[in-house]
Amino acid sequence: MNPVSMLDHRHAPGIDMPRVASTPREDPIPFGRLVKVELRKSFDTRSGRWLLGAITGGTALVMALMVVVGIIDDQAFGLTDFMQAANFLPMGLLLPVLGVLSVTGEWGQRTNMVTFTLEPRRSRIAAAKLSTGVLMALGAAVIAPTVGIVSLAAFDLAGGAASWEFSAQALGGFALLQLIGVLTGFAFGMLVLNTPAAIVSYFAFSFLLPTIFMGAASLWRWAESLRPWIDFDYVQEPMLNGTLDVDWRQFATTTALWFVMPVVLGARRLVRAEIK
Amino acid sequence: MQPPLLGADSDPMISVEHVTKSYGPYTAVNDVSFEAAAGEITGFLGPNGAGKSTTMRIMVGLTPATSGRVTLNGREYHDIPNPGRHVGILLDASAQHAGRTGREILTIGAMTMGLPSARVDEMLATVGLTESESRRRLRDYSLGMKQRLGIAHALLGDPEMLILDEPANGLDPAGIRWMRGLLRGYADRGGSVVLSSHLLHEVELVADRMILIGNGRIVASGDRAELLRLGGGAATVARADDPVALTTALDAERIAHRTEGQLVHVFAPPVEVGRLAVRHQVALVELRAQQDGLEDLFLTLTESDAREPLEGAHS
Repeated sequence: MNPVSMLDHRHAPGIDMPRVASTPREDPIPFGRLVKVELRKSFDTRSGRWLLGAITGGTALVMALMVVVGIIDDQAFGLTDFMQAANFLPMGLLLPVLGVLSVTGEWGQRTNMVTFTLEPRRSRIAAAKLSTGVLMALGAAVIAPTVGIVSLAAFDLAGGAASWEFSAQALGGFALLQLIGVLTGFAFGMLVLNTPAAIVSYFAFSFLLPTIFMGAASLWRWAESLRPWIDFDYVQEPMLNGTLDVDWRQFATTTALWFVMPVVLGARRLVRAEIK
Repeated sequence: MQPPLLGADSDPMISVEHVTKSYGPYTAVNDVSFEAAAGEITGFLGPNGAGKSTTMRIMVGLTPATSGRVTLNGREYHDIPNPGRHVGILLDASAQHAGRTGREILTIGAMTMGLPSARVDEMLATVGLTESESRRRLRDYSLGMKQRLGIAHALLGDPEMLILDEPANGLDPAGIRWMRGLLRGYADRGGSVVLSSHLLHEVELVADRMILIGNGRIVASGDRAELLRLGGGAATVARADDPVALTTALDAERIAHRTEGQLVHVFAPPVEVGRLAVRHQVALVELRAQQDGLEDLFLTLTESDAREPLEGAHS
């Protein structure tokens, strides 16, 4: 570097352009830094904070409602019940949206121009966004049981029939469900690259497909025997009920079909897309 | 690897080699080649839709070229490890999240490049955005403020090269003068600047070299004096009995021209236009050398290739 020639201000009267003193220019951007930046980007706008707040606040609200309903209606609840409710609403619904937005938000606001010029190796950005999604899912898997324990304690104190039995399997299953949700949303975001279209197609996928599989299985024998291998909802059912009693071969085929394939196709699209 | 000496010699820093971009049958950029040297400001001029922005997106890897290549200090863009530290880019000042503050936008850039957060304040001061302006959301910025922020973002990484698409767009006359000073100072310290504009006067005063692009092709390039000689020495105004016959003949011989009312401005010396008229049996009513300067050349060269010629327009 030749700092002397760059310090000459003769032709720019009144305009001071300070130099960067010491940080190296030729070092590649470390992956951890990309993840940190992606995390920050999901918190630093009002819409981002709103979504994260809705997920956390919604979880607390749903569980509080359960406490009230449980007491009025004289029900017996365990931690799994609370987490099941949180998975149904808001987490199962909003975490995939978070995954979708991590990609399509950049297209909608056209920040992709800056993101992909600061790091032109787009697959690294995709990997950083995927890692951010994993962290968010893990965060959900911490928040849900934490709020769940508080709610269960409140339920217990208020005289509800609380069961304190709980398995690590239930926690693992819950974490896995959230992970699949965020990352499938992320995959759809990359595939469609447009917020409303990606959200609609994700929900069409996650609600319509299982219904079709179920209908087909009740009509045809071959569909019934095929269903466990392609119906992700059917395979994930035990996780919803707080166990990890899943047929892992079937889990592998449904995951490959409905998660790995969209991620691979989506990443291909992301890497090749022309950015305007 | 040591970074190259800035301003040590005039090897081209930015080199665009035979870049072509086609969208199906439509060719947006057609065999564009040019170089931008260290210490120089290169103006990239052409009407809207001429292919400037597409070329610039290709230069920084956002749009894949159909053929050709671009090197920046000897490397293709995607081979530069932390490109923000080498190439400052402003392609569209509005392409930022409307809900982020100016300061946050710069902070994200500085974080990605691995720069200290003090750099954000330095750049805000450099482009003249105040503390309170920096805490406003981008949706509350005027276009001029967005441009200033975009320039601050481009300068964050203390790059050796700047690629700016229409940076003067939205700036007031004082802002344009400010930017001229900023870019001149930057180039004089050894940096290389490519900036585009569809307005000649924005570029004329600051650019060392100008590249004129029309309909995806480079139609002329050179410094101001060279372009003036080109225009003064070679341009002709002609009026034909049958204007359509004249323009058809010019098209047939692939000579650039622009119709303005009854007059046809031709990018060729009068004698050639006269011979052409004879060959094609077009009766000329008027034939004279054109005295106008750069602007006429700019319009003649670029608009003759534009998709919608300004038929019947009067200046």
